[in-house]
Amino acid sequence: MLAVGLAVAGIAIAAAFTLRAFQDNMMFFVEISDVVAGDYPKQRNFRIGGLVVDGSVEREEGSMDLRFRVTDMNCELPVSYVGVLPDLFREGQGVVAHGRLGEEGVFVADKILAKHDENYMAPEVADSLAKHVEDKTAPLREGVTECNPQ
Amino acid sequence: MSRYILPLVAVIVLIVFLVIGLTRGDPRALPSPYIGKPAPEFELPKLKDSSATVSTEDFRGQVALVNVWATWCVQCRAEHQFLMDLAANDSIPIYGINWRDTQPEALRWLQQLGDPYVASGFDVDGVVGIDWGVYGAPESFLVNADGVVLYKQLGPLNWQIWERDFVPLIVSGDISQ
Amino acid sequence: MIPEIGQFALILALSLAICQGVIPLIGAYRNDVAMMSVAKTAATGQFVFVAVAFGCLTWSFLTSDFSVLYVANHSQLSLPTIYKISAVWGAHEGSLLMWILILAAWTVAVARFSSALPEAFAARVIGVLGLLSIGFLLFALLTSNPFDRLTPPAADGADLNPLLQDPGLAIHPPLLYIGYVGFSVAFAFAIAAMLSGDLDQRWAKWTRPWTTLAWMFLTLGIMLGSWWAYYELGWGGWWFWDPVENASFMPWLIGTALIHSLAVTERRGLFKSWTLLLAITAFSLSLLGTFLVRSGIIVSVHAFATDPTRGFFILAFLAIVVIGALILYAWRAPSLDSEVGFSLLSRETFLLLNNVLLVVAATLVLMGTLAPLVIELLNGGKISIGPPWFEIAFLVPMIPLVLLLGVGMHTAWRTQDKRPWVALLRIPAIAAIVIGVLLPLLFYGRTSLLLALGVAAAVWIIVMSLIQPVRSMRRKEGAAAITRSALGMSVAHLGMGLFVLGVTLTSAFNIESDRALTPGESIDVGAYEFEMRELRDVQGPNYSAVEAIIEIRKGGEFVATVRPQKRQYLVQKSWMTEAGIHVAWNKDLFVALGDQLGNGAWSVRVQYKPMIRFIWFGAIIMALGGLIAVSDRRYRLTASKPSRVSSTATETA
Repeated sequence: MLAVGLAVAGIAIAAAFTLRAFQDNMMFFVEISDVVAGDYPKQRNFRIGGLVVDGSVEREEGSMDLRFRVTDMNCELPVSYVGVLPDLFREGQGVVAHGRLGEEGVFVADKILAKHDENYMAPEVADSLAKHVEDKTAPLREGVTECNPQ
Repeated sequence: MSRYILPLVAVIVLIVFLVIGLTRGDPRALPSPYIGKPAPEFELPKLKDSSATVSTEDFRGQVALVNVWATWCVQCRAEHQFLMDLAANDSIPIYGINWRDTQPEALRWLQQLGDPYVASGFDVDGVVGIDWGVYGAPESFLVNADGVVLYKQLGPLNWQIWERDFVPLIVSGDISQ
Repeated sequence: MIPEIGQFALILALSLAICQGVIPLIGAYRNDVAMMSVAKTAATGQFVFVAVAFGCLTWSFLTSDFSVLYVANHSQLSLPTIYKISAVWGAHEGSLLMWILILAAWTVAVARFSSALPEAFAARVIGVLGLLSIGFLLFALLTSNPFDRLTPPAADGADLNPLLQDPGLAIHPPLLYIGYVGFSVAFAFAIAAMLSGDLDQRWAKWTRPWTTLAWMFLTLGIMLGSWWAYYELGWGGWWFWDPVENASFMPWLIGTALIHSLAVTERRGLFKSWTLLLAITAFSLSLLGTFLVRSGIIVSVHAFATDPTRGFFILAFLAIVVIGALILYAWRAPSLDSEVGFSLLSRETFLLLNNVLLVVAATLVLMGTLAPLVIELLNGGKISIGPPWFEIAFLVPMIPLVLLLGVGMHTAWRTQDKRPWVALLRIPAIAAIVIGVLLPLLFYGRTSLLLALGVAAAVWIIVMSLIQPVRSMRRKEGAAAITRSALGMSVAHLGMGLFVLGVTLTSAFNIESDRALTPGESIDVGAYEFEMRELRDVQGPNYSAVEAIIEIRKGGEFVATVRPQKRQYLVQKSWMTEAGIHVAWNKDLFVALGDQLGNGAWSVRVQYKPMIRFIWFGAIIMALGGLIAVSDRRYRLTASKPSRVSSTATETA
């Protein structure tokens, strides 16, 4: 009887632990427009994705500190990252980043993913872009026009 | 008795989810806002001769393939041989939009690998790309004689995609396929 | 011409598969010997034609026949010959054909080695395998024909993905598929038993070697994939909990449970419904894995190019096979379970716990893999579940399993006397705990609860696994030697212990550091100093690269030189990172080039990975254990006889 009781208790604890870990480790994908509008998970890591804005990549010569801007064809978000970049990271290409929103509205990334499979873009990024491409507010141009986050 | 049915029930639930997951469609098959509508007009400097221009007028009156490419794009390289073969077949005129690239590199690319394009327009700042809703390279647009976009392909073309998605539209000339 | 022959051969194979699938099953039902004997002939014929088709496809690659669409998409004139061959299975259509070939090969093997089986049973097994072959052949012919033509032919092909141009990755799919597909044999045995209503200890004895063999190949296949990812992908990881990796791991977990459950069924006639369910589940997970990889429903860097039609076909096939099997199960299983009991402290209890824990582990992995899809469908937003969750969740059932593993091996069937058992366990347990706490502290400088637990568990398993073999070596004149079955068990568990040791130590003490370096600068990682001596350009056969020459020293003493490269392949212009790895038995020193930073600097990732080789070495030993167990005398071909149930726990497994 004791054995059964212990087993049930053990299972309950394990289940609770696993579920809690699940919630802690579930990472949401948030669209750039939503981040700019303030609609993102606070106090935890989340994912963003979009296109790297042309001409926005800044890296001091010889340093691993990187800054760039990412867009979903509607709004732009500045990103900072320190570390090794994946092979296919490039301006004008899709990128996914894990991290959290830091000071001054800069997204501090702890992981950057730019390796695509042969169909070349992460689906969340593509969906997000498709939503906004009709707006044609052209943030890729010089002189960004008003970003329209609702 | 019930514990012998449980696995069956669990599997049926799982399969239902998977069916729904499949039917919601391929997330990467994004519709272009222009399918069925006239493509935006453009006029760009010709890549090989900046004093001349390439414009949508050049291919008005025939079915054409407009291919967005760049030298920094890995998949464009993978697609290139296909475009060369397609051009050799003389089945359809191919116009290129060289997107956010540098002219010397682009010219060197065409020189080294061959030029499948009737002409390529040089879109250095990507303005035309934005107008056409381009958000990556390579992308290809099938445009009919009236300038209406019949199909947009994201990612590199190959023979399988060509036969399956493009040929039927070229033959029928409109999107009601 | 050749592709047409190949296609025609596939059609012939399909018609033979139909004969093979339908006629023997009817024959077994009607007890018609003539119909039942069709099984072996049809199976052999099917195999021959599938082999011809596979040969034709291989020939098309070797001769660079770009009039074949599949060849044009995945090969190139300048591709080295060995990769022209491995390109055959490098993408969806070809790998599917290889799957069909391997299924046919397993079927022929069963047909060949089934003289001990009753006619009706063998007919049913081969018949079921034939039905599976029908499904896959239809899938290939209707949606994924590797022989589709390309007119006019391409002048040159689009090349094989450079990532696949690697010897390790060339063998990984065949080995993996042999394992994956091999579980279809256990599945067929299960269905055959349910159709006839007869499931006894003999059945378990027949099923065991086939299952163990499939499991062995799957172990090797997964291990190769992990090792390849480590040295080729450039980031020093060896397991990513990627959906495609999980797709191969879940059948492995259930397959392991199945092997153990079969042992109980063979030995004691118990756990029959468990064993049946596990046999069905193992192959179902193989099918599910195929679906996940080929349908595009889940995004992964491993996944093949997607096509919804294919996805629906596989899903329909999966649904028919699994639901059909489970209906049979719901019908037959209730009448199977026997009344024979066992006490709480017995081998049966431990094996039952083993089943439960492995099933829990597989379920957790399945949940983690499908959760993003399910949550998105329920409109919960787009989420991803990363490795951290999998690692935590997986440990939950694994920790008890690993601890119970050492004990279960030495527990008698039916009931175990407590006193001698505790006496046996006492010293190894104490030794394991002591080593668990001290080893990390002494060799790596620190220890923690989880860490000590992991090391203790590993030592515990290793020691307990060695007891039986060592006793056998020191046995007295005339005493029985350890059977191969028991030796196989001991070796496999030993491999598991080595694996756990490797995983624990490498996860705990792995040190990783990213730094910008210019020639002349160095970085310290752990006790080692890595100095970049030189950066230079090199040319390979089909790539150009930047190479860094890095010298590694420890305490001033020279250790090794490594040469990590950043390659650009000339044809597809894709970039590849070739890591520079210094290998020792107790550690790897791993260096990879990141990106060019300007000013002559490159970012470099340096990793110190202690005991990482034990991970793959442990897996190889596990597979070896499986091989030894399969070679046991009792599985040799004899006329069928009920197996004698032996009473000494230490002799039989």
